[in-house]
Amino acid sequence: MSIVLKVHNASKRFGGLQALNDVGLEIAKGEVYGLIGPNGAGKTTFFNVITGLYEPDSGTFELGGKPYSPNAVHRVAKAGIARTFQNIRLFAEMTALENVMVGQHIRTSSSVWGAILRTASFKREEAAIAARAHELLDYVGIGDLADARARTLSYGDQRRLEIARALATQPHLIALDEPAAGMNATEKVVLRELIDRIRNDGKTVLLIEHDVKLVMGLCDKVTVLDYGKVIAQGTPAVVQKDSKVIEAYLGTGGH
Amino acid sequence: MNKLLSNVNFQSRQSKIVLGILLCLLPLLLQPIGNFWVRTADTALLYVLLAVGLNIVVGYAGLLDLGYVAFFAVGAYLFALMGSPHLTETFSWIAMLFPAGMHLSIWLVLPLAILVAGLFGVLLGAPTLKLRGDYLAIVTLGFGEIIRVFLNGLDHPVNLTNGPKGLDNIDSVKFLGLDLGKKLDLGFIELSSVTLYYYLFLALVVVAIIVSHRLADSRVGRAWMAIREDEIAAKAMGINTRNLKLLAFGLGATFGGVSGAMFAAFQGSITPESFSLMESVMIVAMVVLGGLGHLPGVVLGAVLLAVLPEGLRWFSSLLDLQALTDGRLDASILRQLLIALAMIGIMLVKPKGLWPSPERGRTLLVKAKAKAKAKAKVEAADAVKAKEVAA
Repeated sequence: MSIVLKVHNASKRFGGLQALNDVGLEIAKGEVYGLIGPNGAGKTTFFNVITGLYEPDSGTFELGGKPYSPNAVHRVAKAGIARTFQNIRLFAEMTALENVMVGQHIRTSSSVWGAILRTASFKREEAAIAARAHELLDYVGIGDLADARARTLSYGDQRRLEIARALATQPHLIALDEPAAGMNATEKVVLRELIDRIRNDGKTVLLIEHDVKLVMGLCDKVTVLDYGKVIAQGTPAVVQKDSKVIEAYLGTGGH
Repeated sequence: MNKLLSNVNFQSRQSKIVLGILLCLLPLLLQPIGNFWVRTADTALLYVLLAVGLNIVVGYAGLLDLGYVAFFAVGAYLFALMGSPHLTETFSWIAMLFPAGMHLSIWLVLPLAILVAGLFGVLLGAPTLKLRGDYLAIVTLGFGEIIRVFLNGLDHPVNLTNGPKGLDNIDSVKFLGLDLGKKLDLGFIELSSVTLYYYLFLALVVVAIIVSHRLADSRVGRAWMAIREDEIAAKAMGINTRNLKLLAFGLGATFGGVSGAMFAAFQGSITPESFSLMESVMIVAMVVLGGLGHLPGVVLGAVLLAVLPEGLRWFSSLLDLQALTDGRLDASILRQLLIALAMIGIMLVKPKGLWPSPERGRTLLVKAKAKAKAKAKVEAADAVKAKEVAA
């Protein structure tokens, strides 16, 4: 199995706080990989580091077998990591369709001149972008909301739109930051089905989640972070029984 | 008002043709009343050009630019220098190069104006890339003032701009042997100079609107709007926000350059005072008042704010307001007061502008119409069936 993302010894310090301490992991193609840990464990920091939002203090990074340096967000996206945000960041005043069309920006190339002169190649590309966007909206199950503005969608639909937008960038790895946060039970079931479908289509998913049940049911592999360090790594079944993990989540009971 | 506007369908061909005919007839109707009104329409069209250009920066890319008039000034001074005797009178070596005066055609200067204004746009954009909102507004405001101060002060050590006195004797626009500065007698009708300019400006505005609309409805336009909506998310989509912001600044500025060159040729003389901060503020007000990012709204805002002052001036002279109020109230005071009141009023009642973008996308409207049509068809068929049954 080929490795999609390989991170080795990633560290990040904010002033006196060691947010990440030599974190490493390997995500294989076609996996759903879970990253869990208590509040403040460094999950989102790790996320922001691999996607180029924060510059790491140290660490080596490989994407699809090629080393990449996560120093600019737009370059990471181009290299092939797409992400969603913990506190949904859609283009609120644009329609759902336009949101997904924006997602295809880096995989398309028409220029200002093409747009002004409406050249044949521009028209062809625009039609393809729109068709693909409709496809992706259907894929995540909100095809009938294509023309609604993103801010008018329900919470669950906004989450799904964000996933569609991320998929539009044709990523090697799609990274979801707490997609189930704030969702009710039915919405969670739908989300779980969606992530399952993404995996079955051969895509690789990195999932940060608070909902342990969701992670354990869905993920092929899990890394548990606590205080910026990896405390356990492996299949959900193994990690679940790890004493350090239980301690991190439930406390030692000694205090 | 809102319902009225939403019922006007600018997509349909008929309404476009009707609007076009009306706009072409307008100066002919205004001419008999007085060339003053045609001149007002000309000025309004130049403002529309500016507002459409600024809308790219503020409306699409979401970058608040309070110094936009600088690009207008750049275009105006560029043509004024190329098309007036100032340079040949001041510099003997230029006089030697052009013994008959420079008198470059505006059609040669226009591409240059586009280029230089675009360059200034990028120049303004580059240091402000990391700024947003209020901070960006402050820097751009300063930029606008710097340009004006430069124009004011560059009469020494070398007299480049003739300082506060400004430049005059600027050539008029010549088009296919036709001098727009002189009236044209067609035999059955006489077209005044301002009417001829009206048609030129109208054509430019149409081109500007088409270009701007096409930009908005493209990959680049969507990327601008994504940056406006959420810069971090836009970056996460792989959008190079630096390049696209510079592009917005540069492209927006070109409209200002064109409008400026035309303004100089139209007026025949310019001074730095035409490019004050107040002008920038007015252009921003036009865009915001009309409907940020929505072209029909922007055009409406520009026309309203350009015509309103002239209308008020006429109105107050009609009433002889100054005599009526013992000189306490005159046209200019009333004008500022009413415009300020109108702005406050509109922003309170319609915070998204007079004519904002429709709530839902176009395709949905089309779909809804198709649905209604299908429903009507079914109903008609049912009615026919019912009749048959009854018979």
